[in-house]
Amino acid sequence: MATYDGFFDSLGLRDWCDAGAQDGPMSMADLLARAQGGSTEAAADAGSLWDLPFPSLDALAASCPAIPRSRDLTVGLETGFLGIRDALRVVVDPVTQPLSWMLREMLWVMTATPWWLMIPILLLITWAVGRSWKVVGLVALFIGLLAFVDHYQAAMETLAIIFVCAFICVLFGVPIGIAMSRSDRMQNFVTPILDMLQTLPPFVYLIPLIFLFSVTEPKLYGIAVILYAIVPVVRLTNLGIRLVDKDVIEAADAFGMTKTQKLFGVQIPLALPNIMAGVNQTIMMSLAMVVIASMVAAPGLGILVLRGIRNLELGTGLVAGFGIVLLAILLDRVTKAALARIDASASNR
Amino acid sequence: MTTDKPVKVSIRHLYKIFGPEPEAAMTKVREGMGKPELLKTTRHVLGLRDINVDMREGQITVIMGLSGSGKSTLIRHLNRLIEPTAGEVLVDGENILTWPEGKLRQLRRETMSMVFQKFALLPHRTVLENAGTALATRGVKRRDWEPEAKTWLKRVGLGGNGHQYPHELSGGMQQRVGIARALTSNSGIMLMDEAFSALDPLIRTDMQDLLLELQEELHKTIVFITHDLDEALKLADHLVILKDGEVVQQGEPQHILLNPSDPYIEDFVADINRARVLRVRSVMQAGPAEGTFAGDIAPDDNLESVIAAAKGALEPRFRVVRKGEVLGTLEMATVMRALVPRGSRQAAE
Repeated sequence: MATYDGFFDSLGLRDWCDAGAQDGPMSMADLLARAQGGSTEAAADAGSLWDLPFPSLDALAASCPAIPRSRDLTVGLETGFLGIRDALRVVVDPVTQPLSWMLREMLWVMTATPWWLMIPILLLITWAVGRSWKVVGLVALFIGLLAFVDHYQAAMETLAIIFVCAFICVLFGVPIGIAMSRSDRMQNFVTPILDMLQTLPPFVYLIPLIFLFSVTEPKLYGIAVILYAIVPVVRLTNLGIRLVDKDVIEAADAFGMTKTQKLFGVQIPLALPNIMAGVNQTIMMSLAMVVIASMVAAPGLGILVLRGIRNLELGTGLVAGFGIVLLAILLDRVTKAALARIDASASNR
Repeated sequence: MTTDKPVKVSIRHLYKIFGPEPEAAMTKVREGMGKPELLKTTRHVLGLRDINVDMREGQITVIMGLSGSGKSTLIRHLNRLIEPTAGEVLVDGENILTWPEGKLRQLRRETMSMVFQKFALLPHRTVLENAGTALATRGVKRRDWEPEAKTWLKRVGLGGNGHQYPHELSGGMQQRVGIARALTSNSGIMLMDEAFSALDPLIRTDMQDLLLELQEELHKTIVFITHDLDEALKLADHLVILKDGEVVQQGEPQHILLNPSDPYIEDFVADINRARVLRVRSVMQAGPAEGTFAGDIAPDDNLESVIAAAKGALEPRFRVVRKGEVLGTLEMATVMRALVPRGSRQAAE
């Protein structure tokens, strides 16, 4: 018999255990043990303290079949999720539908526009944001390089996804950060969620999303990217507003500013360098996630990297990988240039 | 002398206790518990204890005390940046502690303005915009507040600096902006929290002269906080000395200097250059002047100038004259006696 038989017997629970017994499917270990002629029981009978198994669900279930096995936990989670899936879909599907449209339209715009129109537009945006010829030159060089090795299409797809996702991250992240900065309770509530989003392995986001949405919907990877990348902009908005000089806030109060005047006239302008640093981080993280999201059909350079891994095409993977590095440098320099411009106009901090 | 002016701001039985349960600690203080005892038994800090001060219209009331005496806490009660534990603050006879938020904001916008020790200018706005803060906060349009702000900037000597940012100015110039900001609001009451303490001595003297010059013409009700006795004596019409959250002595500064009410103040005034601070009017003998005189002096002359006029000799008598009217006489022996602090005088006798 199993190790913990005596425990249940002494508690007088034997009847309850056996009553709950069910001939559920056996685990692989059980099958192997049975094939080898009940060696598990022999080991248990040896009864050495050295071999005492941890009283886990599986070990207890061996003595008392009424107790669920660990496998029931994962199975339960799955059936539970599938159970609420339809209800969840009714709510989440329409709410997130605009994301699908945005991604689809953006992808279409950025790939359908001819390159001799698209590249100047991108350079113009760069100039508008950063006001630095050096950065504009860098962008022209890198995009030219990518296009020269015929990765223009993939690079534009990747950029399109990042533009949409980063925009939505800022759209939601900044207000959440502001709300956090204004209430300690809100901060205590949101911080653990951010911690979880940041530490959960990125692949794990994908699993429930695959169950929820059809793989053909762009929002599937859009949501994964946004969940992963929204964290820094929320954190840094909160931090930036909390770091605004207490004396300046006091002066704003002393001159009778309302909460709204204070937020838009003092707190956000003074937190802007921090918020922009958050946007920079958010863009970098969405770039990282967009590669992983290619496993659920996100187009772009990630697909090529994935092909490199799957088919062991070393060259394809490496070129696409370096392409992503180029995009990362490019996005980083452009946002940093914007940050420097803001810093210059509102320095003295 | 000018005690007949109406009372503008009045503090009545004001208490402030810092800690988690100030109400409970308040009952103990009312029963007579002192500051060290309260800290020891309940871990609450007694910030202010039974403060009663009348601030008269058009006068400079200086609140002086060493750091930790509660002076900055006290001034923040006047516009309710800090809420008291008990007591009343009357502005024009109305208790502002009962006012709702909207009315309080009105008070901060229109009745009181504040100048801060660390300037607390908005770093992302130009000097001109900073000067116009109060009016802009009230919702006045830019083209309407700009001339007003420009006038006051010019008045404090920063006519050509309107387009600069605060960090481009020196400390003294930044505080001039702070004063212009307070003046532009056109409020009757100005709160100055250690406004000149962060400036170096020469610039501090300049700023004091500027303030006195402005006051000559504007007759604002000024509440000035300082830890510097020389500054207090120079500016004060009414001097309040705080120690450990209690008022030790208040009154006309010359009077306090000549009649210190307790050893703490005696110590305080011992190191003062009395010849420069004491005025003829507070030591002269009032009444008709007869006999021969070495010359005429004004009642507001300080003793230093009298000694200079006597060329160091001890015999001359002076006639005190204001606008042709003879007020009294002053003998040099009286002058010499006034120069010796009371403590040393008693020790000699």
